[in-house]
Amino acid sequence: MFSHLPILSILIWLPLLGAVLVLMTGNDKQANWARTIAVLVAVLSLLLCIPLCLGFDANSYAMQYREDYLWIDSYKIHYSLGIDGISLVMIVLTNFTGLLVVLAGIEATKIRVAQYMATFLTMQAMIVGVFASMDAILFYVFWEGMLIPMYLNIGMWGSANREYASIKFFLYTFLGSLLMLVALVYLAQRSGSFEIQSFYHLPLNLEEQKLLFFAFLLSFAVKVPMWPVHTWLPDAHTEAPAGGSVVLAALMLKLGVYGFLRFNMPILPVACQELAWVMIILSLIAIVYIGLIAIVQTDMKKLIAYSSISHMGIATLGCFMAYDIVKDSQNLQSAYMSLEGAVVQMVSHAFGSGAMFLGVGWLADRYYNHSRLIKSYGGVANTMPVFAAFFMLFALSNVGLPGTAGFVGEFMVIMSAMRTHFWVAMVAATTLILGASYTLWMYKRVFFGEVTNDQVASFKDLNWIELSNYLLLGIGVLWLGLYPEPVIRVLQVTLGHLLVQSMPFGVAMNLPVEFSYFA
Amino acid sequence: MIDFALPTFSLAGPEIAMLIMAGIILLVDVMLPERLRIVTYLLVQATLVIAFLLAIPQYRHHSEVLVTFNGHYVVDRLAILLKLFIYVMSFASFVYARQYIEERKMLRGEYYILGLFCVMGMSVMASAYSLLTIYLGLELLSLPLYAMVASYKDSQQAIEAAMKYFIMGALASGLLLYGISILYGLTGSISIPGIAQAIHTAPSSTVMLALIFIMAALIFKFGAVPFHMWVPDVYQGAPTTVTLFIASAPKIAAFGITMRILVQGMPSLHIAWEQILIVIAVLSMFMGNLLAIVQANIKRMLAYSSIAHIGYTLLGIIAGPNSQHGYSAALFYISTYVLVAVGAFGIISLLSRSGLELDKLEDYRGLNARSPWLAFMMLLLMFSMAGVPPTVGFFAKLGLLVSLVEAHLVWLAVAALIFALIGAYYYLRVVMLMYFEEPTEAYARTPVVLSPDMMIAVTINGIAVLALGILPSTLIELCRIVI
Repeated sequence: MFSHLPILSILIWLPLLGAVLVLMTGNDKQANWARTIAVLVAVLSLLLCIPLCLGFDANSYAMQYREDYLWIDSYKIHYSLGIDGISLVMIVLTNFTGLLVVLAGIEATKIRVAQYMATFLTMQAMIVGVFASMDAILFYVFWEGMLIPMYLNIGMWGSANREYASIKFFLYTFLGSLLMLVALVYLAQRSGSFEIQSFYHLPLNLEEQKLLFFAFLLSFAVKVPMWPVHTWLPDAHTEAPAGGSVVLAALMLKLGVYGFLRFNMPILPVACQELAWVMIILSLIAIVYIGLIAIVQTDMKKLIAYSSISHMGIATLGCFMAYDIVKDSQNLQSAYMSLEGAVVQMVSHAFGSGAMFLGVGWLADRYYNHSRLIKSYGGVANTMPVFAAFFMLFALSNVGLPGTAGFVGEFMVIMSAMRTHFWVAMVAATTLILGASYTLWMYKRVFFGEVTNDQVASFKDLNWIELSNYLLLGIGVLWLGLYPEPVIRVLQVTLGHLLVQSMPFGVAMNLPVEFSYFA
Repeated sequence: MIDFALPTFSLAGPEIAMLIMAGIILLVDVMLPERLRIVTYLLVQATLVIAFLLAIPQYRHHSEVLVTFNGHYVVDRLAILLKLFIYVMSFASFVYARQYIEERKMLRGEYYILGLFCVMGMSVMASAYSLLTIYLGLELLSLPLYAMVASYKDSQQAIEAAMKYFIMGALASGLLLYGISILYGLTGSISIPGIAQAIHTAPSSTVMLALIFIMAALIFKFGAVPFHMWVPDVYQGAPTTVTLFIASAPKIAAFGITMRILVQGMPSLHIAWEQILIVIAVLSMFMGNLLAIVQANIKRMLAYSSIAHIGYTLLGIIAGPNSQHGYSAALFYISTYVLVAVGAFGIISLLSRSGLELDKLEDYRGLNARSPWLAFMMLLLMFSMAGVPPTVGFFAKLGLLVSLVEAHLVWLAVAALIFALIGAYYYLRVVMLMYFEEPTEAYARTPVVLSPDMMIAVTINGIAVLALGILPSTLIELCRIVI
């Protein structure tokens, strides 16, 4: 029924149109209009995801909802959209998060409300665009275009050190993207088209593959972020307003891993296999070293930011472990599980860390000087029991407790690693201990014990907007933890195809394929 | 053999029309009382519109190359498109100038008439097909410009800038003439195709000497390293609207003569001039972007930024001989850069009040709180200069990148982008000041008042930067066809 609608284009352009409308409401006297329009647009976008999911054929690995128009004639650049299973999951996640941040934004800011809402709507449009682009330059336009609203968001509504954090964020990501642009142009030169799929299986020699690999790596590693190019993230997260932190954690970090899946692995399979060890080591450093750093943080937002880096380490580990698994054990099934774990980890991390950033934002709002320091709080559970209960759920998801979203991805990645590289799995598994240490220790210091000061004593529990936010997120966390089947089902065929495509030519062909993803 | 046939005057229609109108306007301006000085302004703008309308049908009808005036004057698609760009940009820069000139009681009528002569000079440059015409056009452009820089005679800085500009400009003209005379002595010809043929059949090392002299003059006119010293001083010292004018159409005209001399006149020497240009381009991008960071004056900052942007434009010419898109990418780059630069200097001139040049970076603090629309337009222009999509600056850079990769100069593409990263910093700083900070006390109470025509001009300019970034195809195609 909706199949004739250009639904992807609508999902991109509707929030942009919404942003323009919101901006037209003008100054803060009409702030309520701005809020209403923003929420309406966000709800409408999320509702549009329902027909998107219903019309999606999970049994096909082909790109669906194709839209293709010639955009720039001279360079053969197309306005070309389409999604597969991974994109679908990420787009739904984007629209879900988009609604959350707009809802949270209703109360979060009182100054320049229209501009605040417009930045979020623009970001949502750009991120959906990244996930839906099938043309390299279109992808790049969205990829870069989202920096502008994020830069403004951090800089305009952030806390004290916001200027430094915003410019650091912009320059870091810009540096990475520039090399990616050269890589994209180079690939297009070789394939004769900017269509991303035309890059797959280009006959590139090993040296070319390696150079391109590093060009892409820098771009995506900055976004993930991977050690040692992660330093922008704690600053950006800490200084950004709560909504901005949520978008950063829940969506932007995912773009890096998405980039690995879309570009590095299928385009440069040989280089990926050759250099998988580098990626595995970098991922392990992120998991252990950054996990240790998280323990000693005194600022709650910084702590969650470091925990994000550590958790994304699991996702990158899952992606590149697949190569080592195939090489060592010739077992495509384990490799598949590793890859799937990585994608599920992306989704679950979005729920867990997004919810925690929101929560810290609300706490800071209640405190007179917006303190984010752990030592400023204590005994919050006494005055905000509902909030404490919800936060516990998200904290446990962050720890990776079975039954919550955080468990599924981590378990899959570590399980599959265990079959081939015992020590890698061992080191990666420390995330369970480290995660529990920093998350629960923070939880204990902030929520448990006696009420430490008058500020905490005067806290009011969640209002209905905050509650509805947490309800949505709570449902998400439990659903993914208890019944991840629908997500896995959508991913199955796409990831299976991606896995075969991402293996060097000749490797995947000879393997005993135990599962049939063409079913 | 000398051709005694009369030249085809109709081909030079736009220039002839401008000359006639310039004569009429000079007379009219003398008769006008002070309060009716606006008539001069309107007449000059009408002249540009007429010239534009005369050039449009030429583009439609003359798709082939037509040479007349004994081979000194050419009408081809490149010339016509360059002229169209020049007229549009000059029109825009006069629009921005109106309010500024009135408030400062500068030479009101003369300003536009001098400007009109400059436009005529640029027009001649675009159509020049011999070294003599190129020189004539260049001087016709330069002499009125020196006077325009000096036109705000109450300002010590402006006089100093005019003096510097004049002396350096005269030196460059001398270099050009010297190069031309060597070339003439060697080849016995001053027409572009004649030189191309003579050099091709009998290349010699003396030709290189001529090439270096001529290139020095061209680089000077562009304002690229190592002949860039005048740029910051003149940009900062000149009245803002004159800076705007210098930063706009003359760059396009300079691109035109570069194409004629280097690409059409010396194709057989392309390896030599490519190598020289690579050094110049890299140095320009490096120095321009690096020195712009430390500037506290926004006009001076944009002057250094223009040096860097010229460096980028040269990349397209470097890639040109070995790629399909090189020259057209350079043309697209320079024309869109001029569009952006006109807007940026336009906003600077609009924010200034009589007697008060608001050209410090500090003056932009909290602009978003004072005038959200103007700040948003400035934001678009700054991101376009930095080359961030979805503004037109991105596609300009993309075109260069594609042609550099085509020409197997990947290292140069990487270098160009790293310099772009350095450049992004100071553009972002302007955005940071406008958006992240609150206006200082003194400014918070003075609202930004703009007359409607200024508001419309800024809006069209800013929206064009965004719209061309979303739908650049037509302009890219246009630039591709003409070359």
